[in-house]
Amino acid sequence: MSTRLPSGGRLVDRGAPLKFTFNGRELKGFKGDTLASALLANNQLLVGRSFKYHRPRGIVACGPEEPNALLAVGDGDRAVPNQRATMVDLVDGLAARSQNHWPSLEHDLGAAADAASKMLPAGFYYKTFIQPRPAWKHLFEPAIRKAAGLGEAPLARDPETYEHFYAHVDVLVVGGGIAGLAAARVAAEAGMQVLILEQSNWWGGRAVVDEESVEDVDPADWVEREVGILSSMDNVRLLPGTAGIGVYDHGYAVACQRRPAGVQPSQRLWRIRARKTILASGALERPLCFEGNDTPGVLLASAARDYLHGFGVSPGDRVVVLTNNDDGYRTAAAVVEAGLSVPAVLDVRPTADGPQCRRVRDAGIRVEFGKGITSAKGGSRVSRVAVCSFAGEGTVLEELACEAVAMSGGWSPTVHLWSHSGGKLRWDERQAMYRPMPDRPPINSDGKPSVHAAGAANGECSVDRVLQDARAAAGEALEDLGSEAKRRIKRCSGPDPACDVLPAWLVPQGMRRRARGRAWVDFQNDVKVSDIQLAAQEGYRSVEHLKRYTTLGMATDQGKLSNINGLGVLAGHLGVSMGEVGTTTFRPPYVPVTFGAIAGEARGPLFMPTRKTPMDAWHEQHGAYWEPVGSWRRPYCYLQSGEEIADAVSRETLRVRTSVGILDASTLGKIVVKGSDAGKLLDMVYTNRISALGAGRCRYGLMCNENGFLMDDGVVARIDDQTFLCHTTTGGAGLVHAWLEEWLQGEWWDWKVHVADLTEQFSQIGIAGPDARKVLEKLLGGGVGADELPFMAWKQAEWRGLEIRVFRISFSGEISFEIAVPSSHGQELWEELMGYGEEFGIEPYGTEALHVLRAEKGFIMIGEETDGTVTPQDLGLDWAIAKGKADYMGKRAQERPHLSSALRWRLVGLERMDGDSPLPSGSHAVSAERSEHGHRRAVGRVTSSYYSPNLKRPIALGLVERGPERMGEVLEFLVEGGTANAKIVSPVFFDPEGSRLNA
Amino acid sequence: MPESAETGGAVRVLEPEAIGMLLIKADLASAPVAAAVKRIFGVGVPGRCEAEGDRERAVAWMAPDELLALVPAERAREALAELQSALAGEHALCADVSAMRACFEIQGEGVRDVLAKGTPADVSPSAFGPGGFRRTRMGQLAAAIWMLDGRSARIFCLRSEAAHLREWLDEAVASLEADEVFFRS
Repeated sequence: MSTRLPSGGRLVDRGAPLKFTFNGRELKGFKGDTLASALLANNQLLVGRSFKYHRPRGIVACGPEEPNALLAVGDGDRAVPNQRATMVDLVDGLAARSQNHWPSLEHDLGAAADAASKMLPAGFYYKTFIQPRPAWKHLFEPAIRKAAGLGEAPLARDPETYEHFYAHVDVLVVGGGIAGLAAARVAAEAGMQVLILEQSNWWGGRAVVDEESVEDVDPADWVEREVGILSSMDNVRLLPGTAGIGVYDHGYAVACQRRPAGVQPSQRLWRIRARKTILASGALERPLCFEGNDTPGVLLASAARDYLHGFGVSPGDRVVVLTNNDDGYRTAAAVVEAGLSVPAVLDVRPTADGPQCRRVRDAGIRVEFGKGITSAKGGSRVSRVAVCSFAGEGTVLEELACEAVAMSGGWSPTVHLWSHSGGKLRWDERQAMYRPMPDRPPINSDGKPSVHAAGAANGECSVDRVLQDARAAAGEALEDLGSEAKRRIKRCSGPDPACDVLPAWLVPQGMRRRARGRAWVDFQNDVKVSDIQLAAQEGYRSVEHLKRYTTLGMATDQGKLSNINGLGVLAGHLGVSMGEVGTTTFRPPYVPVTFGAIAGEARGPLFMPTRKTPMDAWHEQHGAYWEPVGSWRRPYCYLQSGEEIADAVSRETLRVRTSVGILDASTLGKIVVKGSDAGKLLDMVYTNRISALGAGRCRYGLMCNENGFLMDDGVVARIDDQTFLCHTTTGGAGLVHAWLEEWLQGEWWDWKVHVADLTEQFSQIGIAGPDARKVLEKLLGGGVGADELPFMAWKQAEWRGLEIRVFRISFSGEISFEIAVPSSHGQELWEELMGYGEEFGIEPYGTEALHVLRAEKGFIMIGEETDGTVTPQDLGLDWAIAKGKADYMGKRAQERPHLSSALRWRLVGLERMDGDSPLPSGSHAVSAERSEHGHRRAVGRVTSSYYSPNLKRPIALGLVERGPERMGEVLEFLVEGGTANAKIVSPVFFDPEGSRLNA
Repeated sequence: MPESAETGGAVRVLEPEAIGMLLIKADLASAPVAAAVKRIFGVGVPGRCEAEGDRERAVAWMAPDELLALVPAERAREALAELQSALAGEHALCADVSAMRACFEIQGEGVRDVLAKGTPADVSPSAFGPGGFRRTRMGQLAAAIWMLDGRSARIFCLRSEAAHLREWLDEAVASLEADEVFFRS
């Protein structure tokens, strides 16, 4: 039984009892407990079922490396799946549930998979579920996913909130153990801005649990003193509960802060720029691979000490220790000190004589050298272990009854963050660990290290060496930053004598075949010794291939416990050294991060900015049915009560043709181009000759990219001798502005031109229709007659003391004006125009009516008729290309054979012959003739298609091979459920003479 | 200005009255530009990432060839005319952009913390002291931030995105806890 001891537990407050539930059962814990320690205190050893074989699993670790205790925490909307019980702070009323079992944790039918585990080795699904082919998608994969799942995400919106925080510091210290604290102190005293991250809620790391003293002081006192000093310094910030999860180029690091339960935002994602990062992330203890090592009750030796020391929780009355290094003895001592018993310490080494070993032997604890565990027995909870000789094949020498097994397979420095941005590792044979290579660190833009590894993360083991190494690391960082530590300290030299370890990838080393199929390397992904050996045998000798074939280290713990053991097993099987095998790639995040933290505040109303024009509220009040256009929202149409969308569009379209409509055109781009070379620039970026435009006049212009394809269009107005105003499409404003700046800054830097994007300075209001001029006359009191303001002219006017501009331009074929007014007065002008138009029945129209009106006239739309592969010539816009110009953007490209080919698809109108509904936009026309294989060639497509309320029939524009040469031909279009016939006609459906426009 | 004030945590969000804003694109190192700026706005040409002046009248550095002048709204038209005549012979573009952007002011102990929730720029006191001006982003929005003093800053964004910024600021301010302020003054 695991239980709470009568005393002890430095992290828990025994005066503050808490209640929580596990699978609905009410349990008790204390303030300061983690969910894992509280479960153990309640003898809840079994916490989940394994991923593949549904084996019963218990708590193995005490930190973020825990592979088994993944629980769903919280109820309803607040349920978060796959939470590591070791990293969840216990709060009153917490509800936790186990995952991946049916019908219950204790009785899981999925455990049948375990009985069949011989049939389900690594890669079994690649080999097994091959025929029939469709079954993979529809049967095998869904069934496997259901059987091998983890927790379920809640369906409702997450009620928790999250935020980001940007911090810029001189020195970032990752890890709040003694190494991190010591390094931070050195940097802080040199006046650096220091930020210290610690993933747990307490400081001091392992030293507080493991050491007798630190620099002749009680470790807890040492830590309290140092934290006190650092906290009092203005240039230091300490963040407990914050895991450093990634280190990237340019000193960028990311950390995730868990905040106390109930506090919002519940998590904060720290985005940190550090001139230097000191990695003091400590080390992770490795498990040992023996038969039944996944039985609940088998745990890491360090975790056993942590539960005893930190939480006053016993893993069991009798704890057998299995170790290959001196640290296992610390656990034996701690168990006995807690008043419990250690049946034996099984040390696979032939002999050992470190201080820890001596202490345990002197205490009279039975120590067996050269021995190991051949098998742990007990099913859902360990009850005894069979002892064997480590050197042998596993013949049982004796059995020891026990409630827990504490295993220590040596330590692996936590080098993840060192490796994220390119730091290299070396295999230290003597200390049996991958260590950071001092001369191959991650490099900053200045060529100097961006990360300095310190302490246990750098492979040091004993307290004195850890502290020396950490202070030396800080000194190195300071030197690079141009600041000297008071006293330069050198790194330690030679191996750490405290690290006496015998690599033992298999226990016993000659493990029999049957046992290899029951000895787990990766607990979370159910990868056994036999799987790795099978993969190697089948040719997956590269560690990266092995990983993907067996899924070793691919679970949510990312192989924190399993990777090195897996490499050891592979190296042993291949007969090569660990250094030759290498490691898989370490990638962020170091621990799982919720999507909520990554999204930050960008959710709900803040999910994405929606740009709104000054008249947005008016539109909203008047029934706007919105559509997104670029990052704006614009009314698609205005719905009157009880009206269908199509009816509204028809009504608005007819209103413009019969009287007058009003349009919010504020979103169109408005870019001012000024300077003595402004005309020269615009002649280059537009296909026509803008420089020839007289002041007070407007011209429709086309912009192409270097490949000759049309990218944007709009009306250019000449303001004065040196100034032009270029209108762009709604979505193109930012793009065109950047495009002009790019050419000016990169290529034509000596041209005298200034460019400014004034899109939002002006609200632009279009009024179009036979009565548009009458409305404008009421606004301005005249001066807008056909002679005073002819088509494609503009003039300045004054309205309420403001300068406004009136452009006579048209996108509908009707008499039409656009009025630009400072945005601060957009809504006011809009309402005034509505008032003046009332007697004519003025109505607002939306983007869809705008589209119908322009299509009736055969006017193209960027993004409808163009898709990045269409030239102005394809669209019959040759008239807008100045033939005589020496150059313009796209000119050379348009002369290339493919772009000047007679076979280009070109703009035509399409009249449907068989039916009243518009041709589906995007449908393709196919050739009448078939190839020798029976194929029909695509010869055109529909680019725009609408019902024309004015013509009372569907109309469409399209691009058709040699289209304009084939007027009258009928094409066959493939549409959903069959074909449709349409005749090639002129793209101008309405008022082809243009008489209305010039009235 | 404080009419629309709201308090939240240690910082409040204010919406200053309409500000006159003038765009100046020119050679910032030229003597006529310096003279015009001095005469019309009473301040020198600001250095890179800086603003000269105060809430009443200021000139901010926007880009290597761009300044933004801030004046009382009723002064904008007149100041633009003066600018245009002063720089008539220069290669310069001046325009009234008063209606283009919205401005918010945040005040309180945790001003830098609010900024740090949204901008990747360094807003620590050593990097962003009074008079600091950055074109950056707040959350997902393009924005400019101006540090007036250690306790107040102004944030500019496009007019069309003002409602989004206001909502963003309200949330950032509400989640600020005084005992957890990162940037101690």
